[in-house]
Amino acid sequence: MTLLSVENLRVSFPTPSGPVEVVKGLSFDLGRERLGIVGESGSGKSMTGRAILRLIRSPGHQIADKMEFDGIDLQNRSERQMRQLRGARISMVMQDPKFSLNPVMTIGAQIAEALRVHEKLPRRAVRARVLEMLEAVRINDPERVMKLYPHEVSGGMGQRVMIAMMLIPQPDLLIADEPTSALDVSVQAQVLDLIDELVREKGMGLILISHDLNLVARYCDRIMVMNAGRVVETCAADDLHKAQHPYTQGLLAAVPRMEETRDELPVLDRSQWSGT
Amino acid sequence: MPADAPVSKRLQRSAGSIGGFVVVTLLTFIGLLAITFFIGRVVPIDPVLSVVGDRATQEQYDAAKIALGLDRPLVMQFFSYVGDVFQGDLGRSISTNRDVAADLTRVFPATLEMATLGIIIGVGLGVPLGVYAAARQGSWVDQIIRVFALLGYSVPAFWLGLVGLAVFYAGLGWVSGPGRVDIFYEGLVPARTGLMLVDAALAGDWDVFWNALDHLGLPAAILGFFSLAYIARMTRSFMLDQLGQEYVTTARVKGVPEWRVIWGHAFRPIRVPLITVIGLSYAALLEGSVMIETVFSWPGIGNYLTVALLNADMNAVLGATLVIGAVFILINKLSDVLYRVLDPRSR
Amino acid sequence: MTTRQWLLADSPSSKLQANLGRGYRMMHALLRNPLAVVGMVILLVLIFAAAFAPWIAPYSPIGQNLGERLLPPSFEHWMGTDELGRDIFSRVVYGARITLMIVALVAVISAPMGLLIGAIAGYFGGWTDRILMGVTDVFLSMPKLILALAFVAALGPGIENAIIAIAITAWPAYARIARAETMTFRNSEFISAMRLLGASHARIITGHVLPLCTSSMIVRVTLDMAGIILTAAGLGFLGLGAQPPLPEWGAMISRGRTFILDQWWVATMPGFAIILVSLGFCFLGDGLRDVLDPKQGGKS
Repeated sequence: MTLLSVENLRVSFPTPSGPVEVVKGLSFDLGRERLGIVGESGSGKSMTGRAILRLIRSPGHQIADKMEFDGIDLQNRSERQMRQLRGARISMVMQDPKFSLNPVMTIGAQIAEALRVHEKLPRRAVRARVLEMLEAVRINDPERVMKLYPHEVSGGMGQRVMIAMMLIPQPDLLIADEPTSALDVSVQAQVLDLIDELVREKGMGLILISHDLNLVARYCDRIMVMNAGRVVETCAADDLHKAQHPYTQGLLAAVPRMEETRDELPVLDRSQWSGT
Repeated sequence: MPADAPVSKRLQRSAGSIGGFVVVTLLTFIGLLAITFFIGRVVPIDPVLSVVGDRATQEQYDAAKIALGLDRPLVMQFFSYVGDVFQGDLGRSISTNRDVAADLTRVFPATLEMATLGIIIGVGLGVPLGVYAAARQGSWVDQIIRVFALLGYSVPAFWLGLVGLAVFYAGLGWVSGPGRVDIFYEGLVPARTGLMLVDAALAGDWDVFWNALDHLGLPAAILGFFSLAYIARMTRSFMLDQLGQEYVTTARVKGVPEWRVIWGHAFRPIRVPLITVIGLSYAALLEGSVMIETVFSWPGIGNYLTVALLNADMNAVLGATLVIGAVFILINKLSDVLYRVLDPRSR
Repeated sequence: MTTRQWLLADSPSSKLQANLGRGYRMMHALLRNPLAVVGMVILLVLIFAAAFAPWIAPYSPIGQNLGERLLPPSFEHWMGTDELGRDIFSRVVYGARITLMIVALVAVISAPMGLLIGAIAGYFGGWTDRILMGVTDVFLSMPKLILALAFVAALGPGIENAIIAIAITAWPAYARIARAETMTFRNSEFISAMRLLGASHARIITGHVLPLCTSSMIVRVTLDMAGIILTAAGLGFLGLGAQPPLPEWGAMISRGRTFILDQWWVATMPGFAIILVSLGFCFLGDGLRDVLDPKQGGKS
């Protein structure tokens, strides 16, 4: 069953020397599965995530032959209809909780807002749901945390707050855009395990956007490798080591190993695929 | 009691910042006194003449020279000057022949009334315009607001006052002319606060109230335009900063409606810096009233200052400079300390 | 190689080429900003009017003709005549000279003063910094116009004194900027390298610190010009600036005040000149900031 279907997605930004395409004709289908999108910075992977939510800000521009979510044509929806989908059906966890949480709103208020824009609930019920959700993301003492401001909690806790906020309206698809790259290595696994667990439990679809091949291979079913706005390779996570495309092979080779025997890590030789 | 720790810490911090505020304000005020002292006693070639005026007799001149203690060293003169000022003694005005301090308390409320109405107009229009321009960045509305705001930096206040009088008073007859009230309303209500609108309301005399408002409207609106320009420009710039932040995208991802993204999310963090901006422009309006009051024959501190300037009445000039400067500094520093107390991030 | 390519070379071979290339790129960016272009045109017109006033003005700026007093704008007198029968357009054109002189002198006095004080405070740090910035802060938290008024009152009315008074109140803002700029590269490698080479403090400040502060200074001075023009006009309006019969715009408005209700053109025309020139500086300053300080780009 297809949850999301994208065909020939293009995202472009105008510059003084003409428009520049950062996503150049991307197509993929997603079921209730875990898809990883990998690529270097600037490969267009984050823009893909935002384009699905139709959140490319002006003067940026997005266009696609088809963008369908659960039978709904995303392209023909009005801004108002899109808002009903955002958060409620498709949600996104962003990179750094230091910047992605409102600095002058309490954590409780921010989570409650995510619920309230979609469901009319009495105050008490909202509060109960928020507390429940905070517990679900393993926050001890949620009563206290609700009253804190984002700068008063650690990065790992902030990201768990972010996850709580994005999952509280119970969406069907979660996009996680580099959810751990701003966190300490020690808490990265905790956060990803948490996302993994909640996504499986609720049977949601997940798009995990990351530059880290190993991490994506561990947490996803399928992997899509992007370079310069194009998909260069799609494969099952287990078959990643069998990758065909020279770019993917190059990326794999550049990852340091635990038992390193090479004197120097190889640098990508871009001449093999660029300019084609 | 670990739960209480943040509260006591918070109190300690704000006590610290208030202590620092008092010290800095006092130092700045001493600096202001040093400048007015310098202007009054050092810059003029003959300070005595500048104090008594050039119509003084030889006896008056000699008496003033001794009274000013000009034979003593400058440092001693400065100390006695500071002492006098702190006792509320600003000397005598040669043009009104009254104590400058008494004169200033009499004229200050008129300026305060005009500046206050001006800032209300400026904030009421400037903030929404700035927010709107930022939300529609690059659109023609934004461009118009931008040029409009720059006009506020380019139009001479006195010129706008004159043109306003010519158009709205002489031409269209929409407002009353110069002065605070029509001549036959003068002195009808007892001056309790010195603020004409408040006094009239207190006395329940609504004829006077409406007439005073009619006189106040145009000069206050012109002052308001200048603060509007500054406030709209700063609001726009602050809002653009916030709208580019990641948390705004978060709010959009959550499905929050655009007006709530703007007012409920992006506007929230700028409320505190806006207080500083509003404080600064309020202080600037007190200063800007000098030019406006001259044009509208408004009997406030600005008019007092310009009359004194033309009569080379140095005590009155320095007294008015000192009062405007002190209010200016106080508002400046107060909005600074408010910033630190109100922003949750600095707690 | 075309001139354009030479200017835009990634690795210029001489200092001259690098500087010219930088200038070319800035000019290019500036020309793309419509408001900045408008500002430049206005200022060019101002300079042109000031330079060629005798040829542009159809009448003498001070020659009285009582038979033609208070005439409304017409083909012979584009902006009408004043109470002494002088052609207002001619006076406005000559007034450009006075405005340009005030603006230039204030900039020449206050910008280097602020630059030097700020750079010294930022470069040496410690007590030098604390004392210099303390004084700067005191000046900064004063109302500028009032202070200028008080200074002129003490010095006596006149255009020179007005310029001195404005310059005295304008420098602190520049000192703040220069200090902030200096602080950012005070501990950088190239300054340490200069010191190791045995350069004196004076040489480092004048040769390396000051030039690096100039671009933000130019932006700030341009943006401040409107305020300086308004203050100068205000002093003229109050009778403390330029004295009659000098055709200073503020003083001209002051003369026209008496006739504002019946002969509106006497007071309004010089006002338009003030607004136009101030707006020109604002537009150009905004554009320059967008070019020189991209992180502020298009924000305010």
